[in-house]
Amino acid sequence: MIDIQIKETPLDEKDCLSAVADEGAGGTTVFIGTVRSMTKGKTVIRLEFESYIPMAKKEMQKIAEYITEKWGALHVSIHHRIGSLEVGEIPVIIAVATPHRKAAFEACEYAIDTLKETVPIWKKEVFEDGEVWVAAHP
Amino acid sequence: MNVKLVAFGIARDILRSSEVQMDLEENASISSLKTLLSKRYPDFEKLKSLRLAINEDYQDDDYKLKENDEVVIIPPVSGG
Repeated sequence: MIDIQIKETPLDEKDCLSAVADEGAGGTTVFIGTVRSMTKGKTVIRLEFESYIPMAKKEMQKIAEYITEKWGALHVSIHHRIGSLEVGEIPVIIAVATPHRKAAFEACEYAIDTLKETVPIWKKEVFEDGEVWVAAHP
Repeated sequence: MNVKLVAFGIARDILRSSEVQMDLEENASISSLKTLLSKRYPDFEKLKSLRLAINEDYQDDDYKLKENDEVVIIPPVSGG
């Protein structure tokens, strides 16, 4: 089962875990991304996320399908939040259940790495003295 | 032909709008659209990358645009 969601409300890892629950799974990995308080020595006040939602869902679906094929994942759940998030809040959760544990780790790492490269979601870091679109410039 | 461009993130800041209309020659490629964009809005040149999505999929530079394509400017993504 593939469970892809983009939400404006807080994410809950229990939702992702229940989406991937399976008696055939030997291991489940969960990646939880959180908003960090500092970037390059500057204090972050909040992050603002936006997305081209229909395409973002398609790209997340592609990641989940690839994982299912390559690592034999039984279930994949990817939830991403958009809107304004404060320090400590959760922008992304990825849960992957596989028959054996090694595949679960590898597949989950692939998922978050690829999400950061292909999924049309953007975040702006807001500091006390300005704001910047993350990763926009070399 | 007239093409509607939709912009997100820093691309919207560069265009100062979330949508612009551009007049292109028939069958213009994505590559020629990118050139036109950079000429009109030089700040696009400063970005780490610039991709265009047509109808919700990334397309290569040689893709030929058609009337009524939904063209979305995808500046470097930063989800997660």
